Amino acid sequence: MKVLATAFAALLAFNAQAASELKIGFLSTLSGPAGGIGIEIRDGFNLAVKLAGGRLGGLPTEVIFADDTLNPETGKQLAERLLKRDRVNLMTGVVFSNVMLAVWPTIEESKVFYVAPNATPTTITGKGCSPYFFSASWPNEAHHEAAGAFAQSKGFKNAYLIAPNYPAGKDALTGFKRTYKGQIVAEQYVKLNQLDYSAELAQIRAAKADALYAFLPGGMGINFIKQFVAAGLSNEVQLIVPGFVSDQDVVRAVGDPMLGMFDTSHWAYDLDNDANRKFVAEFQKEYKRIPSLFAEQGYTAALIIDQAVKDAKGKVEDVKAFRAALMKAPERAKTPRGPFKEAANGTPIQDYYVRALVKDREGHIVNKKISTILTHHQDFWLKDCPMK
Amino acid sequence: MKRAVAVFALLALFPLVMQSMDGLFYVSLASRILIYAIAATSLNLVLGYGGMVSFGHAAFFGAGAFVVGILSVEGVRSAWIAWPAAIAVAALAALVIGAMSLRTRGVYFIMITLAFAQMIYYIFVSLKTYGGDDGLSMPGRSTVGMDVNLRDELTWYYLVLALLALVLYGLKRLVHSRFGRVIDAIRENEARAEAIGFPVYRYKLLCFVISGAVAGLAGALIANQSNYVSPSLLHWIQSGTLMIMVILGGVGTLWGGLIGATVLLALEHLIADYRIGWVASLAPNYQDHAGLAIGIVLLTIVMLAPEGIAGLFRRRHA
Amino acid sequence: MSTILFLEQTLNGVQFGLMLFLLAAGLTLVFGIMDMINLAHGSLYMVGAYFMASFVQATGSFWLGLPLALGATALVGAALEMTLLRRLYGRDHLTQVLATFAIILIANEAVRIAWGSQPIMLNAPPSLTGPVTLPGGLHYASYRLLIIGVGAAVALALYFLVAKTRVGMLVRAGASNREMAIAMGVNIRRLFTIVFALGAALCALAGAMLGPILAVQVGMGENILILAFVVIVIGGIGSIRGALVGSLLVGIVDTSGRAFLPLVFSAFLPPQLASAAGPAIASVLIYLLMAVVLYFRPQGLFPARG
Repeated sequence: MKVLATAFAALLAFNAQAASELKIGFLSTLSGPAGGIGIEIRDGFNLAVKLAGGRLGGLPTEVIFADDTLNPETGKQLAERLLKRDRVNLMTGVVFSNVMLAVWPTIEESKVFYVAPNATPTTITGKGCSPYFFSASWPNEAHHEAAGAFAQSKGFKNAYLIAPNYPAGKDALTGFKRTYKGQIVAEQYVKLNQLDYSAELAQIRAAKADALYAFLPGGMGINFIKQFVAAGLSNEVQLIVPGFVSDQDVVRAVGDPMLGMFDTSHWAYDLDNDANRKFVAEFQKEYKRIPSLFAEQGYTAALIIDQAVKDAKGKVEDVKAFRAALMKAPERAKTPRGPFKEAANGTPIQDYYVRALVKDREGHIVNKKISTILTHHQDFWLKDCPMK
Repeated sequence: MKRAVAVFALLALFPLVMQSMDGLFYVSLASRILIYAIAATSLNLVLGYGGMVSFGHAAFFGAGAFVVGILSVEGVRSAWIAWPAAIAVAALAALVIGAMSLRTRGVYFIMITLAFAQMIYYIFVSLKTYGGDDGLSMPGRSTVGMDVNLRDELTWYYLVLALLALVLYGLKRLVHSRFGRVIDAIRENEARAEAIGFPVYRYKLLCFVISGAVAGLAGALIANQSNYVSPSLLHWIQSGTLMIMVILGGVGTLWGGLIGATVLLALEHLIADYRIGWVASLAPNYQDHAGLAIGIVLLTIVMLAPEGIAGLFRRRHA
Repeated sequence: MSTILFLEQTLNGVQFGLMLFLLAAGLTLVFGIMDMINLAHGSLYMVGAYFMASFVQATGSFWLGLPLALGATALVGAALEMTLLRRLYGRDHLTQVLATFAIILIANEAVRIAWGSQPIMLNAPPSLTGPVTLPGGLHYASYRLLIIGVGAAVALALYFLVAKTRVGMLVRAGASNREMAIAMGVNIRRLFTIVFALGAALCALAGAMLGPILAVQVGMGENILILAFVVIVIGGIGSIRGALVGSLLVGIVDTSGRAFLPLVFSAFLPPQLASAAGPAIASVLIYLLMAVVLYFRPQGLFPARG
């Protein structure tokens, strides 16, 4: 009996070392006004898995999708189901930071690695940093710091700021103010998923600022831009946004009123490297549309998982081995934004560009790269993370 | 009585069966259902027995949850302090809201209770220090001492089951007491009860407060269930869901809350997670549209069983 | 605070109020005449918006799509009334609540099946995507002016219909005393179906007009439904005049609250707190308004039943 038990235990111990297949829990916002973002990330992720023949890191890969509908409570319940019932060995997908904050305790407790294709809240990258968190997107405030630097470089004397009233929204405006040294005329917070901006637009008009910085993701941005232009404000104030408010998903919904806007991003569709050209071409072939930065983030997340699982020889449950592989993966995987480093708190160190909304030769509205505004930029909150 | 023993025996065996099948996740789901059963039963007291259609019950449910959540984040994690506090706060809220609302009747009572609940909802949503819209993550479940660990799913389930039994027993005693008979009389004909000399307003208010207090207990439990409190617990849709559970299970019946909560929540879960072959062959994507199936089932029940599911059983025994 | 800001916010409040009126009018008639709580009213609003988006895409014209959407939704409303809702008259309110709640679930899923989970695009007609210069120098979105115009026109038309036509007289009779109306030989069944279809068309108009400003998405009816109920309670159940006054009150209070309270609070609170407290208190204001009105007039401002 004892022999059997020992043998059994030994077998279990061996099995715990290397996974024989990858079960990835993809928890994202796939419906509702902000659902377009989750779908873009999902499409990018799926493309990478498909190009890898359905095997990331050489292991047969199953991706289980769950829709949090931008509800932190739903997200938490779904995370529990993915982790406890479906027994996934990797998690990814969350779009919004409020959902991320609700599900993170459950993920960390389950000792499962999470690769972020979007939401990278500062509470998890600062004091609360953890070896199980790895971001394949960008530090929360980076795009906003880039935008602030851009507004500063263009000489706008004053700026009006607007963002939704949730963790990422507050971080966004804090980031902008860090690099912009002009006068802040107003700092306005709207309800998350608010759709009618008549009241706010009236105040923006009355404030008479030079520049308007708006962080309004998903459907919020679509409505805001439409209403902004309808109110005739595009002639009165220069609109600057972070890249994820004005990328292709919004372009498809709004169209011409967007011409003339500037945005900041860690990636542009016309970046000059082979991996990016391949990504854009394959994406257009598969989905018949130009990828947005969200799609690139999903694609890169999958590439990083692929590289890390390969390098760690499948040991996704071994915290030291897999963490080490993840940290090296961005330099080794051929991601569309080029090779980049990862900081100790699990956030990318990379360049940021300014893009303009213009028409290309075929008449499509694209986010064309104009200049590089920040290089080798790292997360401001890296200093708070005790991990080195 | 025999029926009650049978039901609770089944409920008590359930987690042991699940554990042997490696289905601890389902024990957690069942605990959630039982907690909602307590909340729905508390609503049934005031709606079914008391005849007061309160559309703001989520206020007491959510208030109880937030008391536990806020105390836990501030370092007070003992259930012996937090849970009575939750019940007390919910009862107080019910006292205040009831005192003001019970002066109105009919659809106006419905709207006033809704209004007060929404006001509380908006206050909590704007309380950014305690999470606001995003909700509040708790460090862990309440502690009871005595080496009992509530983090263990089975222990937690049995505690919730025991509390449900207590609530149902209490309701049964209350309904058959003098208080219960007066409330019954008031529901049937308020003018006559008043004419006989009963202080109708006071009885209704007391009924409202008791109902609120029990809802507060359910709230304390739901906060512990997910280790997370969200203002959506206070929203009118939550009030509506509780009402649906009561109506579905059987208005004014002892088991109505438990039946309604079980049917609604289990239905949601089953449809999403279990593929029924023949339905799938007709509509391969049907699981993405659970709401349709639930809506159809609800509609059928309401058309065919006017007194709720418990009402179906009642008629047979008549 | 400038006069332009004040003018703009007041216009916004009137715009929102008139849209609420379109929803509240149908709701109050159905509740007043058929004594039925119809939670699915918001679903008709949603269906109207979706039909509008589809017809505009199909015909390429906003103006062609509008009557098509109204007609289609009125048909859906009539069909719903004749098959399901008719069986709910006379049942107690709780049963009606449960049944119409089930219809909300079914409608949401049916829309999701037919049109997908993503919000679909509905844009203002190309001629109205820019601003119009009003006296005083205010550039106001021309589309919002259209909404105000349409809302006011409908209010006038409804007044005419209810006060000056035979159908309107039957509606008023039914609202103030249903039993007597039946006793007097009114074909109550047909009247009910007509009233319901009219209410559905009004919902569709609101959905179609608001679609370009708000997103057209599944579940868009539930949020506005609660406001519609508040409006009819304030206005008095069964009264169109009450619905108009109530919705203008609610629209202006809500919009002004959302606009001005954060300004007031930011004078002595940090911006994040001011921005959270402002809209929160503004939402509470509506319910306070309702509580105050009910305190002085327990049956609402203009109850239909005398």
